[in-house]
Amino acid sequence: MTRLRDYPVNGKFGRYGGRFIPETLMMAVKELEEAYERFRRDPGFQKQLNMYLSEYAGRPTPLYYAERLSKAIGGARIYLKREDLAHGGAHKINNTLGQALLARRMGKRRVIAETGAGQHGVATAMACAVLGLKAEIYMGAEDMKRQRLNVFRMRLLGAEVHKVDTGSKTLKDAINEALRDWVANVRDTYYLIGSVVGPHPYPMIVRDFQSIIGRELKNQILKTEGRLPDVIVACVGGGSNAIGTFHPFLDDEEVKLYGVEAAGQGLNSGRHAASLCGGVEGVFHGMLTYILQDEDGQILNTHSISAGLDYPGVGPEHAFLKSIGRVRYVTVTDQEAVTAFLELSRMEGIIPALEPSHALAYAMKMAENMDRDDVIVVTLSGRGDKDVEVVAGFLGERI
Amino acid sequence: MSRINERISGLKEKGEGALISYVTAGDPDPSYTPSIVEAMIKGGADIIELGVPFSDPIADGPTIQAAAVRALKAGTKTRTVLRIVEEIRDRIDNPIILLSYYNPIFRMGLRSFFESCVACGIDGTIVPDLPIEEADEYKRLAMEHDVDTIFLAAPSTTDDRLKRIIRYTSGFLYLVSLFGVTGARERLQDLTLKLIRRTVPFTEGRVPLAVGFGISKPEHVRRILESGADGAIVGSGFVKIIERNLNNFDRMLNELKRYSAELKGATLHVKGTEKRRVSRFSR
Repeated sequence: MTRLRDYPVNGKFGRYGGRFIPETLMMAVKELEEAYERFRRDPGFQKQLNMYLSEYAGRPTPLYYAERLSKAIGGARIYLKREDLAHGGAHKINNTLGQALLARRMGKRRVIAETGAGQHGVATAMACAVLGLKAEIYMGAEDMKRQRLNVFRMRLLGAEVHKVDTGSKTLKDAINEALRDWVANVRDTYYLIGSVVGPHPYPMIVRDFQSIIGRELKNQILKTEGRLPDVIVACVGGGSNAIGTFHPFLDDEEVKLYGVEAAGQGLNSGRHAASLCGGVEGVFHGMLTYILQDEDGQILNTHSISAGLDYPGVGPEHAFLKSIGRVRYVTVTDQEAVTAFLELSRMEGIIPALEPSHALAYAMKMAENMDRDDVIVVTLSGRGDKDVEVVAGFLGERI
Repeated sequence: MSRINERISGLKEKGEGALISYVTAGDPDPSYTPSIVEAMIKGGADIIELGVPFSDPIADGPTIQAAAVRALKAGTKTRTVLRIVEEIRDRIDNPIILLSYYNPIFRMGLRSFFESCVACGIDGTIVPDLPIEEADEYKRLAMEHDVDTIFLAAPSTTDDRLKRIIRYTSGFLYLVSLFGVTGARERLQDLTLKLIRRTVPFTEGRVPLAVGFGISKPEHVRRILESGADGAIVGSGFVKIIERNLNNFDRMLNELKRYSAELKGATLHVKGTEKRRVSRFSR
């Protein structure tokens, strides 16, 4: 029997995933797949990646017991996997270092990427700077307005930022434009995708590079608690920090896994970004997965207070894990996420990003009804400095 | 023999290439599309390729993207496009091909989609984001309903893969002429002509070869036909005329007809076709 950890099989997670892309890109994704299979087994590549992860990105990140928060809630013990302390302030660097190294080994000197809030764009710009590659980042005009600081950060890091003025002018359109660029320049360009989405092998490659989160976490919790956690919670937009966290635990049945999607203003409001909980199966950005779409198969615009979760699709492995019931997918609203954001800031002196604030909100609700001997781990996928302005606006405060 | 093959072979016998003309259905409004199609045919279009507008057309450049936005804004749905074909089918006997990204078809359900194609008189389908690896069910149902499946080959396609794509293809093979998205280009690339000459030995005697992407001038059409293609696909050139004349429907139709005639003129008396004319596609 196939262990859950061994998917994808033939490029698919069950029936999800695959390669729904223009013919021009088929050779490129095959070339990438072959290169990846070669380098993942190459000790030299792994050694080099590990060096960058530890000495450049600051890994391993700590697993921190949030004692004051846990005691205030009075239930399960809550641990935080501190991806906010990785270089750049988010888990994104794990993937960009891995893929940028791969690009360099493949002899591709030009790297393109999409970005929504700018976190993946910044992480790509960092990895390309340190590895001497040229980075060009596609970003929706709407997002560039909302995240001016990150636009400037990318430019400081030597990347070129291309404004995308089509469609909803947000993340999905940035991906469309990056794909169009790739079609035109596929011979010398590496497309560094930022989440576990897109055609095979991207969902697998990004997952493998992000699985360091779960592997570290497993060692750390065994050391401190002497056992595996009862529950692990992570937020899901495209789903890379969640898959990275869950993957090493997929075949540990005693560990309950929860993926938290953005309910925005509520699942019934039509203004949300919960593809798994509120979408239906479809084909988008090269993959068969759950999509927010209308009855005619047109892709819908999404809403979440957290730009990083604001995407109408989701990684195909999540669709698979939902279909077999291994991971439970739930939702948290903008309001609940902001409440958790404030709570962690005050109780622990950690300002979380709005994305993992969704995971935290759900974990805090669960902890209440659990025992003091129970252990919950939340992946704190990024820090919240980037969100301070948005939260102030949400609270009606001027800063 | 399908209506598409009949048409292309008939032209071949006269020493002509096929002009395959694309337009996004519902642009700028579904009520315009039948007249637009008829104007293109009056000018000389041999085969009509109707695009189903999609919110995220990743293989298209700015011209056709903008057409999709206008069509969707005007309320065009997949069913609207099917109804348009049903309406014009009585008046024209040219082959009509539907081009759609995969999700609208997937959402409708493959079986239901092909049943509708047959009911409305659609002769073939093109799905730019459905490679052969994902197309088994699609191909099976298309064959069951006698709808031609037009697959795409690209400059990056290897010989081995090209052979496999041709096995999935009926109607004609759609050769993407360049690395890039759709959209008019000033000049033909040398790569395009080399690519055609490389592809012809694989399609010869099996399936007609049509070339698209970046082709917008009579000169382009003539040169790709001279290099051995059986048809030329022109899209953005037509869509640009629509875009330029949104407020003057009569002028739009006149220009479409005139442009179509100019392109069609370039498909007549193609040099080098005489010797190839006999016994092609006579499986």
